[in-house]
Amino acid sequence: MSDLSRRRLITTGLAATAGALGLGTATRIAQIYGLIPPDHGGFYGLGETLTYASQRLLTRHSLAREFRPNQVSKPPLANEIPPLTDAFKRLQAGGFADWRLFVDGMVARPASFSLARLKSYPSRSQITQLACEEGWSYIAEWIGVPLSHVLEVVGALPQARYVVYRSIDPVWWDSIDMADALHPQTFLAYGMNGDELPVGNGGPLRLRLPRQLGYKSVKFVTALTVTDSLKGFGKGLGSASPEAGYAWYAGI
Amino acid sequence: MARPESVRVPLGASVPNFARSVRATTVTSRHSALVRVTHWITTLCFLALLVSGIEIVISHPRFYWGETGNVLTTPLFKLPIPSSRTLVPTGYGYVLPDQNGWSRSLHFQAAWVVVLTGLLYAISSLLTGHLRKNLLPGKADLSWRALSIAIAKHLRFERPSEVEAWSYNGLQRLTYLFVIFVLFPLVIWTGLAMSPAFVSAVPATVTLLGGQQSARTIHFFVSLALLFFLLVHVVMVCLAGFRSRMRAMITGHASPDYASTDGEGT
Repeated sequence: MSDLSRRRLITTGLAATAGALGLGTATRIAQIYGLIPPDHGGFYGLGETLTYASQRLLTRHSLAREFRPNQVSKPPLANEIPPLTDAFKRLQAGGFADWRLFVDGMVARPASFSLARLKSYPSRSQITQLACEEGWSYIAEWIGVPLSHVLEVVGALPQARYVVYRSIDPVWWDSIDMADALHPQTFLAYGMNGDELPVGNGGPLRLRLPRQLGYKSVKFVTALTVTDSLKGFGKGLGSASPEAGYAWYAGI
Repeated sequence: MARPESVRVPLGASVPNFARSVRATTVTSRHSALVRVTHWITTLCFLALLVSGIEIVISHPRFYWGETGNVLTTPLFKLPIPSSRTLVPTGYGYVLPDQNGWSRSLHFQAAWVVVLTGLLYAISSLLTGHLRKNLLPGKADLSWRALSIAIAKHLRFERPSEVEAWSYNGLQRLTYLFVIFVLFPLVIWTGLAMSPAFVSAVPATVTLLGGQQSARTIHFFVSLALLFFLLVHVVMVCLAGFRSRMRAMITGHASPDYASTDGEGT
């Protein structure tokens, strides 16, 4: 019996050491390849990390499903929007002529863009689904400029790892990694279903991210910051969502 | 590690005789450590998934078929419960607090743990023969006569016979196989089919089901089926002898009078 328990003790010890070393190595590799989400701490950190890491490995270049024009939801759904700020109402009264998108951070040429300037770039459209974390969904045609194009114009630096984006209401801000920021379907959308993007759907400018749930597609976008670390933003969890208990990565 | 005094119970008709012969002197092993550990991890995860799943449904207690569905489209059916969102017309004059943040995190965390546990269980039950010996029904178990007798016994809430206490009957085997190899894979599949990122990599996950909302509706019904299994399972455990069954699934030991225990233990 004592021989058995000694052997068992040694085996357990070896297994535990191997496990700890393996976990350490895995963490190191995950960090190098950017597989650890900013909200990896706390009780749910394990699940968030496993989800983000595995989806990142699986979906770095995959394209969201696109639909036929006859599949567009009619009438289009406008979800609840937060109360519009005074700043928004002033810009709205002026037909959004003074709306600006400010881009700063790790870029060679910080700039601000009017809607007219954004619309002067080659426009793209996609018919994709917007799925809410609550369970409902709709399909719409989204028209805009790929975020990657704007990042190219401002000259995002190679060490950039995230793009932080903010709504005109400072309560709403979020961020995405470069795999999503440079993804061909990630748009700064200014049009919907062949028309201007309605205010109810986030007009005049909304970040559209079809591979993640609706709450990552922040409405009324006015500022982008390119960065290599999310530590200095809010509580350092990557967006306002984790501060309210929601996951930073919303691919599921 | 095997305890020297424990005895492996052979299967088949010889079991009750064998069990009777060792009755006075020994305790007998009923469930392997792997079965016990994976059983209780799965139990915990299922309860977490159930509670968090209910919370998530409360934010939109409407179900649809096809690709899309929202408050502007006609639902397949609605649950007659209040909602945690003002957007949803429920007929109730109040809105419940939003619990989706932690519910979603708990749901996916528990899903990860139960999927990994399930893989461990499935692979090791193939390797150890647990699947072949304890779960795959024999030819005799599958006859209509044997199955109808088993169903009739269940419907009469009859106590299991001594053979059945030591080895699962055909109906039990089919049920466990159905839960492990049909319901669990289906609930995982339909869950993944709701992920916009996952389906971007593997679109067939959702197109085969007829759309994202169909996946959500099937996910709901498979969860109901799993809940139904859980309830029947617990009722059966109580009927067969709650304390002896719990002890067998916790310690692995079964007392010699396992089959005839009245639920008060020995």
